[in-house]
Amino acid sequence: MSTSTTAPVTTKWWSGGKSPFNVEYGKLMMWYFLMSDAFTFGAFLIAYGTTRFATAGWPNPNEVFKSYPFAGENANAPLVFVSIMTFILIISSVTMVLAVKAGQEMNKKAVVNNLILTIIGGLAFLSCQAWEWTHLFHEGAWWGRNPFINADGTQSTTNFTNFFFTITGFHGFHVFSGVIINIVMLIMTLMDKFEQRGHYLMIEKAGLYWHFVDLVWVFVFTCFYLI
Amino acid sequence: MSNEAILHGSSAAVHEVHGDHHHEHHHHETFISKYVFSQDHKMIAKQFLITGMVWAVLGGLMSVLFRLQLGYPDAHFTWLENILGKFWVKDGRITPEAYYALVTTHGTVLVFFVLTAGLSGTFANFLIPLQVGARDMASPFMNMLSYWFFFGASVVMLSSMFVETGPFSGGWTAYPPLSALGSASPGSKTGMDLWIIAMALFVVSSLLGGLNYIATVLNMRTKGMSMTRLPLTIWALFFTAVLGVLSFPVLLSGFILLIFDRNFGTSFYLSDIFVNGVGALPNEGGSAILFQHLFWFLGHPEVYIILLPAMGMVSEILSVNSRKPIFGYMAMIGSLFAIAILAFLVWAHHMFVTGLNPFLGSIFVLLTLLIAVPSAIKVFNWLTTLWRGNIRFTPGMMFAIGFVSLFISGGLTGIWLGNSALDIHLHDTYFVIAHFHIVMGVASMFGMFAGIYHWYPKMYGRHLNNTLGYIHFWITIAGAYLIFWPMHYEGLAGMPRRYYDYSIWESFKQFGDLNRFISTVAMIVFATQLLFLFNFFYSIFKGRKVTAKNPYNSNTLEWTTPIRPGHGNWPGEIPEVYRWAYDYGKDGREFIPQTEPVGADESHH
Repeated sequence: MSTSTTAPVTTKWWSGGKSPFNVEYGKLMMWYFLMSDAFTFGAFLIAYGTTRFATAGWPNPNEVFKSYPFAGENANAPLVFVSIMTFILIISSVTMVLAVKAGQEMNKKAVVNNLILTIIGGLAFLSCQAWEWTHLFHEGAWWGRNPFINADGTQSTTNFTNFFFTITGFHGFHVFSGVIINIVMLIMTLMDKFEQRGHYLMIEKAGLYWHFVDLVWVFVFTCFYLI
Repeated sequence: MSNEAILHGSSAAVHEVHGDHHHEHHHHETFISKYVFSQDHKMIAKQFLITGMVWAVLGGLMSVLFRLQLGYPDAHFTWLENILGKFWVKDGRITPEAYYALVTTHGTVLVFFVLTAGLSGTFANFLIPLQVGARDMASPFMNMLSYWFFFGASVVMLSSMFVETGPFSGGWTAYPPLSALGSASPGSKTGMDLWIIAMALFVVSSLLGGLNYIATVLNMRTKGMSMTRLPLTIWALFFTAVLGVLSFPVLLSGFILLIFDRNFGTSFYLSDIFVNGVGALPNEGGSAILFQHLFWFLGHPEVYIILLPAMGMVSEILSVNSRKPIFGYMAMIGSLFAIAILAFLVWAHHMFVTGLNPFLGSIFVLLTLLIAVPSAIKVFNWLTTLWRGNIRFTPGMMFAIGFVSLFISGGLTGIWLGNSALDIHLHDTYFVIAHFHIVMGVASMFGMFAGIYHWYPKMYGRHLNNTLGYIHFWITIAGAYLIFWPMHYEGLAGMPRRYYDYSIWESFKQFGDLNRFISTVAMIVFATQLLFLFNFFYSIFKGRKVTAKNPYNSNTLEWTTPIRPGHGNWPGEIPEVYRWAYDYGKDGREFIPQTEPVGADESHH
């Protein structure tokens, strides 16, 4: 296996002494962590799916999620509010992409601006979720309590609310962690930490996490609001 | 950004600098930074090892206590009452609550704290950087956190032994409703809360460790160390880490749902339950089987998380001490890979009698029996590595051969249990206990002992006492078979596991003498482990000093470091690698280290 100097120079990515995926170890770890976290959410959603499949009836999401802030008792706007929430989160993903791109261009000002927008987006999403939870709570829904009836008019089990609050709560906790991470990134950017290091790789890792959280929401959204 | 810049922009460069300076001047290391919050992978490995050993002693002691009950159900050990207190021993007998608590904690502790953290925590930390040629783990800080989360888990688990209602007693698998309802049993109260907190901390620890092991193996290999030049230890530890990173999160999900069922009135796992003395519960719509699916999706990979590091170390030790290349290196990697994949596809064979659809069961039977193929490949490769080898029977080698023996005898009974029809008779009997204790428990313990005996000179710069090692080996292997072999017989006769007292059952009375025999041997084997502990701790301070850098004439990189490597492992440059790890007995030379360039007229391996 001797390397001859006359052979055409091809990079041997796997031969040691370099990173085979051309990434530093932190990003590799982030990818593996996201795979791991995907299994956590996957387990939750499969648990939800099997329970729902094994249960005779299930409430109609259009009946449950039909209100919005400052609306009266008789508001009937199915899925409008959650669509706005989803839109906010997706927009925050766009601003995160812009922050990462600005980081690659070593443009500190644009990084700061886009990070602030992402943080605002994340906080807005969390506020929406807080409102929705409060609203449902006032309607009598909570862990172990389900005021909604099945779509076919029969009595529903509490597992509709149990899973809803557990899984959206777990996702909300992820968004909350993401906001904290982004705030830390913002402070580090403002302190010129990344300028001194000569790269904004930390922002890229935070970005991976943020996109993952958004992607998970798409599945959570589909499972609880659309199906 | 170039690859170089990316690598050197990270901690790799920091280590580079760190390591280069090491031989010039000594860092000021305080006791705290060297022994407590150490970021040196070698020290963290020792922390894992010694914590694991403490747990092994506690877990072993628990088994001695419940074997006391099983072997001598009519005896009254009043002196135990004074030591353990009224909860544990009443009227000289282990109480039923204590018996179940002991069985549960024994299982949890041995599976997770000893054979997961103690085994892969120790050897992944110790061997990965040394054998791939890295200064340290990818993230030494996360590595340190991994240990301290494990330590936290240990403290919480230990504290559960001291609560008034006793530790959790519903079995190490923590099936609901016993684990979900505080009213179900005394151990399901505070003890279960602490159990689940400890396990959650343990999952975090395992995740932090696993991510580090993966990143280190992929990214931190020295120049020339391609994946197919890695020693098999590293391949095994790599797959172990992948299994852990992908299976523990599912357990965590299962536990989170369990926490909600316990504390927040949900019914994920609960439906239509009547508790004696409490009455009918309102819970509706959940399924206890759901927990079993989530649990065993971790639980089955978990047995390979336990077994693979032992397999890897045994492969390395067998090759070194047979003075022969490992037989079928690529087949070994392939079979590890196959096992890692199949590990995720067989979990329902733990659930054949839960009412699982028999057709679905037959698919799981097929996938389960498929594991016999890679397992057999590994066994034959170990045997052919030994075949006509110039074998050095060091204590490490003895334990490695013992591992192969145990893996064969325990693996064969797996073929029985993997069959869903036979499982109707065998499930939840002592046959299952015998099977998994031999193939997973004792075999992995043997892998761990083999690793400790083999790498002890690298860990402490001293040798363990060989005579004590041989005594330890022979009593342990004879004892392991004497304890677990008769259990097959009891299990085939239908003796169920987890019963408190068999002497009151007409069908199982006949096993009274056999149970007493098993208990006696268990005590002797436990006492022998104390001999090993003495050897271990005595040799740290007084053992024979290692005088040569490479005492085994071994090829791998860890033996190119100084006898007592500092933080950073190599004083100068990290050596470059030119060949695989198994050039033993090649071209008339006994061994050729990985660092030696390939000669012009050298034959191909």
